[in-house]
Amino acid sequence: MSVEDLNPRARDGVIHPEVRAPHDESERAQDGGRLQHAEAASKPIRAPQTREKQPRGAKVRGDRPIDQAEAAERFLAAPLHQAAHDERLWDLRKKRDASAHGIPEWEELREIASAIKAHTLTHLDHYLEQFEAAAKANGVHVHWATDGADHNRIVLEILRSHGARTLVKSKSMLTEECGFRHHMAANGIEIIETDLGERIQQLDDEEPSHIVAPAVHKTRMDVAEVFAKTLGTDPDNDDAHYLAESQRETTRPYILKADAGMTGCNFAIAETGTVVTCTNEGNADLSGNVPPLQIHSIGIEKIIPKVEHLGVFIRLLSRSALGSPITQYTSHFRGPRKGTEMHMVLVDNGRSARLGLEEFWTSLKCIRCGACMNTCPVYRRSGGLSYGATYSGPIGLIIDPTFNKRKYSTLPFSSTMNGSCTNVCPVKINIHEQIFAWRKVLVEEHQIPALKQGMMKAAGAVLSRPAAYRAAIGAADSALKVLPRFAVYNPLNTWGKKREMPDAPRQTFHAWYKQNRMKDTGR
Amino acid sequence: MSARAGILAAIRANRPAGDYPLPTVPDFTPLVGDDLVAEFGERLKRMGGRVAEPGSADVFAGVRERLDAAKVVASAVPELAGNRDLQSVRSPQEVEDVDVAVVRAVFGIAETGSVLFTQDELIVNAVAYLAQHLVVLLDPADILPNVQAAYRRPEFARSAYAVLHTGPSATADIEGVLIHGAQGVRSLTVLLVPR
Repeated sequence: MSVEDLNPRARDGVIHPEVRAPHDESERAQDGGRLQHAEAASKPIRAPQTREKQPRGAKVRGDRPIDQAEAAERFLAAPLHQAAHDERLWDLRKKRDASAHGIPEWEELREIASAIKAHTLTHLDHYLEQFEAAAKANGVHVHWATDGADHNRIVLEILRSHGARTLVKSKSMLTEECGFRHHMAANGIEIIETDLGERIQQLDDEEPSHIVAPAVHKTRMDVAEVFAKTLGTDPDNDDAHYLAESQRETTRPYILKADAGMTGCNFAIAETGTVVTCTNEGNADLSGNVPPLQIHSIGIEKIIPKVEHLGVFIRLLSRSALGSPITQYTSHFRGPRKGTEMHMVLVDNGRSARLGLEEFWTSLKCIRCGACMNTCPVYRRSGGLSYGATYSGPIGLIIDPTFNKRKYSTLPFSSTMNGSCTNVCPVKINIHEQIFAWRKVLVEEHQIPALKQGMMKAAGAVLSRPAAYRAAIGAADSALKVLPRFAVYNPLNTWGKKREMPDAPRQTFHAWYKQNRMKDTGR
Repeated sequence: MSARAGILAAIRANRPAGDYPLPTVPDFTPLVGDDLVAEFGERLKRMGGRVAEPGSADVFAGVRERLDAAKVVASAVPELAGNRDLQSVRSPQEVEDVDVAVVRAVFGIAETGSVLFTQDELIVNAVAYLAQHLVVLLDPADILPNVQAAYRRPEFARSAYAVLHTGPSATADIEGVLIHGAQGVRSLTVLLVPR
């Protein structure tokens, strides 16, 4: 009997059998086969009926450093949520692998995508001007916003000049950055999110916890509770189909009545002035095609030179994010519909400054696929909201400090440095190396708490000198014994939480190599 | 200084050092076999779409049941009359009660099972999302091998709106349970009908 027969769970690749669903509720293919496109799980999951309160995110107190470890601990204390979250994201990671392995030129595509982004970012002024000229020639109103406040002011002016009071929008990380929803609410504009996950988060007054799947940290029971409170659904009915249909039925009237529609932007094509969005629900197309006024918010780093380059990125994006070959909808907005107005807002919000950071500018290549989050052991076990920032997971660790060094000073320490994020990144950002570089910057600039600084100095003194390192390791058998216990298990070290470090091997690799290999070669 | 001037000046001041030429994108060998029709159908089904064979007497045989059950049918193709004239629609909201919309695709992509529409095929863009079900006519001769070939087509540079549909509207935002008809159409069926 093989190992697989003895343990069918291992064969299925299931890591948390307790969240396996007894029945498969997902839609079926025409031939009755199982489907796993869009964000679908490749193996059905279902959190057990036991009621477990949803763990909430990090406590945000002004500019004070976010305590990610504290929020992560509360997430870990909710085992059903943690297991469902881990299972779901690891499943997406596996689907990504299967999809990537199906393309012989995958690595070449990553190289090309990375090089296109590097070229565009180093000629961004030229391509932005080209984009603007093309968009204007297409009859589009083009605006430039220095920061989030500027973006919100411009959009509010556009809305007011049309007497618009309601706006339907699709998911956009940029508008999250700008605090757009909160600003508009304070100014009497009603904003309706039309992506299901984002709508759940809006109704629960929470930020999105994942770039691609905003409500991935919630179980269906959490969603049922939110919808019962806000949409008047049956609180005891947590059927996913019922919940999704309730959202569709309650959102559609808003879409039909909205004065304005808004989308974000996955790619902006300089040569044609086109905004490209990639969605599975078709909600960007509803937002862009139904209301009489349409607005597209564009981060300036989203520019790519030509239409032919889009082919490279489209082939990478959904495969990296969800393991599907393409999103259900890939939409190209280039000019206004007859009798309507189209506005595009080009937003900087710190991007031009980031371009000047020698070690960190390549983080601007990010296409927001979320692959680094799905693969990250810290993210999967602590939930996106524990980061207390717009961007969570590995990409968040290297972007967030550019917005606020003090507030996000501890985030680069929420990493095991395993490098998996770098390996899955479709545009080859050296994420884990930038995480390490941020640690150095934040220590040098005294942005991190004293305890962690002491640890860094002690470790740094040993790690920076190979001979001293080997002597120390040899004497102690392991770095885990060199570093004091408080350095591994103290509350600031997020990834030491709930994990005892493995026993150190009796012999170091270096000593083993010297003993077994070097002598073979006569040295 | 205007926001525009300020942003461009900051970009120029902060330009990273080094030479980063624009790479040439090579011609990749299509991942699909020679039978593009079969490959297209197979991949579309995996993305939740349906493929129906046209009947010899009735090209709509594969979706006849759906059409007969529909109260409002909006057709953008000469092959079917329908009972909602898209040409006379003044605002997108008017098509919110459409049960089935019938549209011709510009082309299909075998690699992904996608079909392309522009504002010319849709007549009213919103009908492809507000309708409950979408029926797509696709000429088998219009199937391209891959995404790369698709982005060489001229439609993207000249259309005010161009969209690739790959199956129906879908979500799995709640515990990964796949649901069709998240916000847009609940089903997408492709009929392979020559122009």
